[in-house]
Amino acid sequence: MGIESSLIAVIALAAMVVLGVKVAGLAYFFGVVVPYIAIFTFLAGFVYRIIGWARVPVPFRIPTTGGQQYSLPWVKQNKLDNPSTTAGVIGRMALEVLAFRSLFRNTKFQLIDGPKIVYQWEKWLWMAALAFHYSFLVIFIRHFRFFTEPVPFFVHMTERVDGLLQLGLPGVYLTDLVFIVAVTYLLLRRLILPQVKYISLPADYFPLFLLLGLGISGIFMRYFTKVDVVKVKELAMGLVTFHPTLPEGIGVLFYIHLFLVCTLFAYFPFSKLMHLGGVFLSPTRNLPNDSRMHRHVNPWNYPVKTHTYAEYEDHFREKMIEAGLPVEKE
Amino acid sequence: MAKIPKPNELVIDHTLPKTGWMDTPVDFRPGTWCYPGKAKNLEVLGLPNPREWSPTDEDWKLPENWKEILLEGLRERLDKFRSLKIFMDICVRCGACADKCHFFIGTGDPKNMPVLRAELLRSVYRNDFTTAGKILGKFAGARELTKDVVKEWFYYFFQCTECRRCSLFCPYGIDTAEITIIGRELLNLVGCNIDWVVGPAANCFMNGNHLGIQPHAFKDMIEFFVDEIEALNGIRIEPTFNRKGAEILFITPSGDVFADPGTYTLMGYLMLFHEIGLDYTWSTYASEGGNFGFFTSHETMKKLNAKMYAEAKRLGVKWILGGECGHMWRVVNQYMDTMNGPADFLEQPVSPITGTRFDNARSTKMVHLVEFTADLIKNGKLKLDPSRNDHQIVTYHDSCNPARGMGFMDEPRYVIENVCNNFYEMPPNTIREQTFCCGSGSGLNTDEFLETRMRGGLPRANAVKYVHDKHGVNMLSTICAIDRAVLTASMDYWVPGVGVTGVHELVANALVMEGETERTTDLRGEPLAGMEDSDNEDV
Repeated sequence: MGIESSLIAVIALAAMVVLGVKVAGLAYFFGVVVPYIAIFTFLAGFVYRIIGWARVPVPFRIPTTGGQQYSLPWVKQNKLDNPSTTAGVIGRMALEVLAFRSLFRNTKFQLIDGPKIVYQWEKWLWMAALAFHYSFLVIFIRHFRFFTEPVPFFVHMTERVDGLLQLGLPGVYLTDLVFIVAVTYLLLRRLILPQVKYISLPADYFPLFLLLGLGISGIFMRYFTKVDVVKVKELAMGLVTFHPTLPEGIGVLFYIHLFLVCTLFAYFPFSKLMHLGGVFLSPTRNLPNDSRMHRHVNPWNYPVKTHTYAEYEDHFREKMIEAGLPVEKE
Repeated sequence: MAKIPKPNELVIDHTLPKTGWMDTPVDFRPGTWCYPGKAKNLEVLGLPNPREWSPTDEDWKLPENWKEILLEGLRERLDKFRSLKIFMDICVRCGACADKCHFFIGTGDPKNMPVLRAELLRSVYRNDFTTAGKILGKFAGARELTKDVVKEWFYYFFQCTECRRCSLFCPYGIDTAEITIIGRELLNLVGCNIDWVVGPAANCFMNGNHLGIQPHAFKDMIEFFVDEIEALNGIRIEPTFNRKGAEILFITPSGDVFADPGTYTLMGYLMLFHEIGLDYTWSTYASEGGNFGFFTSHETMKKLNAKMYAEAKRLGVKWILGGECGHMWRVVNQYMDTMNGPADFLEQPVSPITGTRFDNARSTKMVHLVEFTADLIKNGKLKLDPSRNDHQIVTYHDSCNPARGMGFMDEPRYVIENVCNNFYEMPPNTIREQTFCCGSGSGLNTDEFLETRMRGGLPRANAVKYVHDKHGVNMLSTICAIDRAVLTASMDYWVPGVGVTGVHELVANALVMEGETERTTDLRGEPLAGMEDSDNEDV
C-alpha cells in the first residue's frame, strides 16, 4: 500500500507542476509563492518542534552506556562511549552525528539449524546512510552558488573537489552519482529485505521517492536538458533578496525540481526527517553517565507514600524481639 | 508450568505473517504470557483496578473509561518524559534494532523487533496526538486505541526485558526499555500487570524484600549460611542485623538469601566481610536490593527504593554497600539519587580497609561490592589462592543493566582474573555493552513463561555453548541475582553441564581466611581440583 501510494504521490506532485506552469500559467506561484511558503513552514515548523521537545523535562539521567564507566583510577574509562563529563558527551555526540557511531555497530544475525546463531558483518546500512547524508550535504552546499553573489570560497572549493573526475561537460559531480546510488540502496532494502518491508510505512517510502525525484530532475537539468543557469540564478537571487522576479524561459523541469524541494522543506518538520533535530536531544546519548557523582534533579519529583520503618516495626515487633533483633520501641 | 518442547524440537520460524502487523491479532498461547497480578497485591501497592482476571478471557474487566484513562496517561507522560516524546517522534524505521533483540531472535515474532514494539504505542500516539495521524489515519501509521490494542500491549510489553541492547544500536539512541517502562506504567493505570512483578513488589513494600521473608526468618536464613561456612572451614562468622552505628549498611537482592546458586554468592559476601573485618550491618527492613517496582511504574520504583536511604539514615551509617544485582544497579545509578536523594546525611564512601575514596559514588554514597572488592585486590588486602577454582573453567556474562545502564565491565573481570586461573571470554558481540539478556529479566522470570524465556535466552546460551565447546567452559559467572536463578534453567536447557555462579562465590572459594581449616571442597561441597578422593572427609 505504502510503496505505490508514495510513488503516485510524488508523480502527482510533478504532474501538478506541469499542469500549473504549462497549462494554467502559474509560473509565479510555483517559482515565487511556493518557495516562500515552504521556507517559512520549514523554519517555523522546525523551531516549533524543537521547542516542543525542549520544554519537556528530562526527569532521569538515562544514558545508554556503551563502554567502561568512570571508576577506580586504575580502570581505563571509555570516555567516548561512556562519557562522564560534558567534553566526553560532546565527543560522543560528534561521533554519533558526524560518523553514525551507533549504526556502525550494526551486525546481522543468522540462525542455523541446531539452533545455532552466527553474526555477520553488516556495514552496508551504515555506509549507505553516510553516503546519502554527506552527498546530500555537499549538494546542498553546491546550490549556494545560486543564492550568493559573490559565491563564497567554500562553495567553489566544494565544487572543485566534487568535480574531481572531470568527466564530460558539464563535469560530473561525484556526489550526484553517490546520492542516487545511496538513495536507491535505501529504497531497495525497504522493498527487498522482508523485515524492513514489514515495518515500513508510507512515511518511509515517500521521502525516498521525493529525494529520488529531486536527484533525477536535478541531474537531467544539469547534464541533459542544460537548464539556463543564469536565469535560475536571477530567480534565486530575487528570492533571497526579497525582490522576486520571474525570468522568462526557464524549463518546466526546473519548476518540478523546485517544487519537490519545496515539498521536502514543508514536509520536513512534520515527519520522521526531524531526526535531524531529535538526535541532539536524545537523553540516552546526550547526557554524561555521572549520576552517582552529581545529583540529577527531576523538576516534577513528588513525594510518595512509603511503608516506613515505624510501620514495619509495628507490624513485626514481637517477632523481632523474639528473634533478638533490635527495635526502636520495646 | 506450561509444557515446553525439547531444544532440538523448538521451532524458531522467522517467516513473516501474511497480514500486516496491525491486522495480526495476539495469540495468547500457553508459555508465552505471564499470569495477571492478583487483586490483593495491587491493593497493597495502591494500584488501580484490582480484580481477578485472565489474559485468555474475552473481557479483561477494564474500567469503564479505560480509553480515556490510557490516553490521558499517555498525554501526561509525553509532558513529563522527553525520552518518550522524542522516541515517539524520530524513529525512521531503519531496522537496525530488529535482530538485536533476543526475543525476536528466539521467537521470530516480528512484533518482538524493537521497532515494532515501539510502533505498538507510536501508532496510538500518532492517532491521538499528531496532526498527520488525525488526518491521514492508517496511511500515516496511526490506529485507534481499542481493547485489542491493550491486549497487544500487555503481551508485548511483558515480552521485553528492558535490556536496552536495541538502544545501543539505534542511531538515535531510541531506548525500548523506556517505551516498555512507560507502556507498562500505562497498563497499570487500568490494572493490567503480571503477578510475578506485583507479587514481589507488594512483598517488598510490606516485608522489606521481594520474597516476603519476615525479619526473624531473614536472620535465621543468614545464620543458616553461617553454619554452612563453619562446616566448610571452621570459621564462625557473626553478622549483625539492624545495628545502629555500623559504618556501612549492606544491601543485596533477597533472591540470594533464598535460592541456589545465589546462596553461595551470599556466603561469599559473609566470608569476605568477616575476613577484612568490615564494620557493617544487614537490615531486615531494607533487605532487598532489587526493585520490582521498576517493572511496575516510576512511582512504585520510588516507593521501594526509598527504604535504602531511609534505613541508612535511621541506622546512622556512613555509606551503603550494594551486592551483586543487575536492575538494582540501574536503579541506584540512574534513579535513586534523583528520586530519593540527596543523601546529605551520608558521607562520601571511603574503603575502611584501603582508604580509597570512591569518587564516582560521591553523590549517591553507594558503592558496588565488585568495585569495592576490586579495590581490595588491587591494594593487596586479600590473600587469594586462585587454584581453588581450578576445577572450574569460567566465562563471564555481563548483566544488561550494569553493562548498558552503568558501564560496569572491567571491575568484575579484574576480580575474576585474580581469583580464577581459567577464564575465557565469549565472542565480542555477545559481551560487554553488546551483551545478551538472560531472557528472563524485568520480572519475567516466572515458570508459566518458560518457553518464551528459553527462546529469549538462546542468544546468550548460544555464546556460552561456543566457549563450552571450544574451551570446555563449565561455569558461567555473573553479577546479577536474576541471572543466577534463570541462567541455571537456561543452561540446563541449552548447554547442559554449565553451572552458574556469582563473582563473590569465586572470590570466597579463593579467599584464604585466617585460622581456617584446610579446604577440600568449594562452597558447594564439590571437591577442589586434586582433592577428588577426599571429598567425604568433611562430612
